[in-house]
Amino acid sequence: MEDKYPLFQIVDTSGNLVSDDYDITEEQAKSYYYHMLRIRMYDQKGIALQRQGRIGTYVPFEGQEASQVGSALALKANDWMFPTYRDHGATLTFGADMDMMLLHWNGRIDGCVPSRVKNILPAAIPIATHIPHAAGVAMAETYKGTKNAAIAYFGDGATSEGDFHEGLNMASVFKAPAVFFNQNNGYAISLPVSKQMNSKTIAQKAASYGMSGIRVDGMDVFAVNEAVKEALDRARNGEGPTLIEAVTWRFGAHTTADDPSKYRDQEESDAKREKLDPVMRLERFMKNLNMWDEQWVSSIKKEIQVELDDAIASMESHEKASLDDMFDYVFEEPTWTIEEQKKAFMAQRGGQL
Amino acid sequence: METKSLTLIQAINEGMKTMLTEDENTLILGEDIGKNGGVFRATVDLQEEFGEKRVIDTPLSEAGFVGGAVGMALNGLRPIVEIQFLGFIYPAFEQIATHVTRIRTRTMGHYSIPMVIRAPFGAGVRSPEIHSDSVEALFTHLPGIKVVCPSTAYDAKGLLIASIEDPDPVLFLEPMRLYRGERNDVPSAKYSIELGKGERIQEGEDVTVLAWGAMIPVALKAAEHMKEQSVSCDVIDLRTLYPLDKDIIADSVQKTGRVVIVHEAHATGGVGSEITSVINDTAFLYLKAPIERVTGFDVPIPLFSLENEYLPTPGRVANAINKVITF
Repeated sequence: MEDKYPLFQIVDTSGNLVSDDYDITEEQAKSYYYHMLRIRMYDQKGIALQRQGRIGTYVPFEGQEASQVGSALALKANDWMFPTYRDHGATLTFGADMDMMLLHWNGRIDGCVPSRVKNILPAAIPIATHIPHAAGVAMAETYKGTKNAAIAYFGDGATSEGDFHEGLNMASVFKAPAVFFNQNNGYAISLPVSKQMNSKTIAQKAASYGMSGIRVDGMDVFAVNEAVKEALDRARNGEGPTLIEAVTWRFGAHTTADDPSKYRDQEESDAKREKLDPVMRLERFMKNLNMWDEQWVSSIKKEIQVELDDAIASMESHEKASLDDMFDYVFEEPTWTIEEQKKAFMAQRGGQL
Repeated sequence: METKSLTLIQAINEGMKTMLTEDENTLILGEDIGKNGGVFRATVDLQEEFGEKRVIDTPLSEAGFVGGAVGMALNGLRPIVEIQFLGFIYPAFEQIATHVTRIRTRTMGHYSIPMVIRAPFGAGVRSPEIHSDSVEALFTHLPGIKVVCPSTAYDAKGLLIASIEDPDPVLFLEPMRLYRGERNDVPSAKYSIELGKGERIQEGEDVTVLAWGAMIPVALKAAEHMKEQSVSCDVIDLRTLYPLDKDIIADSVQKTGRVVIVHEAHATGGVGSEITSVINDTAFLYLKAPIERVTGFDVPIPLFSLENEYLPTPGRVANAINKVITF
């Protein structure tokens, strides 16, 4: 099956172009590098903030930057993004507000409210249940006669859920303009892919839906971007959805509440990082082609640091969570039960103790 | 006003037709609803009239098409989905519990899910296993969805139109035992009946009988029998199970001081328990007897050889009325 679904690559681990079919400009490379560095710095900051007790549990995505940036930059402004809790790199790249993203990690519903300028849904916490939503949103775009598409993100574990099957089947039956973007990062919390499924690849599952299935090197931002762009083009042209498996690796823990040393050899994982790190690969590529400019790198680092500091300050100075928020958004008009409960609670908040 | 004499299921068809005609963002999705017109014929002729893009035969995939409808609703459409039998809703339960009911809260109103989930429900038509479930309480318990249940053709059309126009998700339960029962004169024009409002269908002084769906004819028959014994029943069709019509319950119980609640769902944790709580909050000092419930049992609904034993009967309801009268 690996032969039938070969790993699509444009730049190899040494940072060399593997084919002459692709022409990469310095501007493009710099743009990818900027975005990948930005989300990596955000990710590292997220872990640090959790350690300092300034946010709640955080979900790191280190290792998946190329997958998330490459896919997000393939979208057009009016497309829809359905991320999971590990895809804030993609949502930030597509246009989510950084301070709001941090607020979400701080247990605030305000942080779930989508960006005002893009159709980015809040991070899906249940596994795979947003896959049918992407199919439905895409069907609605077809119904309205637009050329907009939807992308759903999910991990290797999600492919074992029923909603993965139901969503892909629905989308393929109705030729929904959707892209199902799987990041196979090797682990679903503690369970390795080898125990998640008996199939050699995730991409091959597309065949059962009569759908295009692509297996791409998820550490190669150029390949990911190209694969997603092609899939989006097919979707917009009425050729139906595509399942993309981006083969990547989760360098860190499942969440800041997880200790991966319990279930995997972290030294082996660290060795993988040396070889596979997508940010390093892009750096090697840029150096090989004389696109690397230390001064530029340090200037974007500073710029991103300022953006992060501002976002953290904005998150921390945000008004306290309002009690109204708990009650006021269940229905457009609150039912009498909610109204009565709110009134009674507000009158005796905390009770006598 | 032009009216037509319709059965409950014909009125549901009329309600959908009215809204498909009025709003091109309204679509219907479900299994066998297009060419076949639905296993109960609720959607008969609608695909022919409105086309395959608006009356959509979906794969056999409840989570898939309820989830798909969530996506459509996110994107400005107003989907109506048909679950073939309420007992087939379980694969979609996660979609309902984690998304349909929560997206408005999760996004602070940025997105909402104005969808209607229609489901025939209840026992008494000699169906196979799983086809007879009455699990309305699973949904009244979930914050973020309204639960509606008509018992007449007139109410069915008006409540369905109100449900489709509601800005929030509605589970619309259709008592299949009443699908082809009594006919009503149903206005041909569009009309709606406010959600959250019950209706007093028989005025009485001695005891309040609260019911909905297929239990309404059962309650009325019991009330008829009690009339012969000079007991007059205030019979109320609740029509909406979330939010309950607190005022009509309080008003009636404050008058009669005696209550019988009838539902075919299992007893424990059923909507009857919640109604008891409403009475506790609004009419405790008016009660002259403990509240009686006549319900199905805490057992899986039996196969049809025994389903009539499981279901509340006019006789069981009359016994309960006698019990509260003679307490």
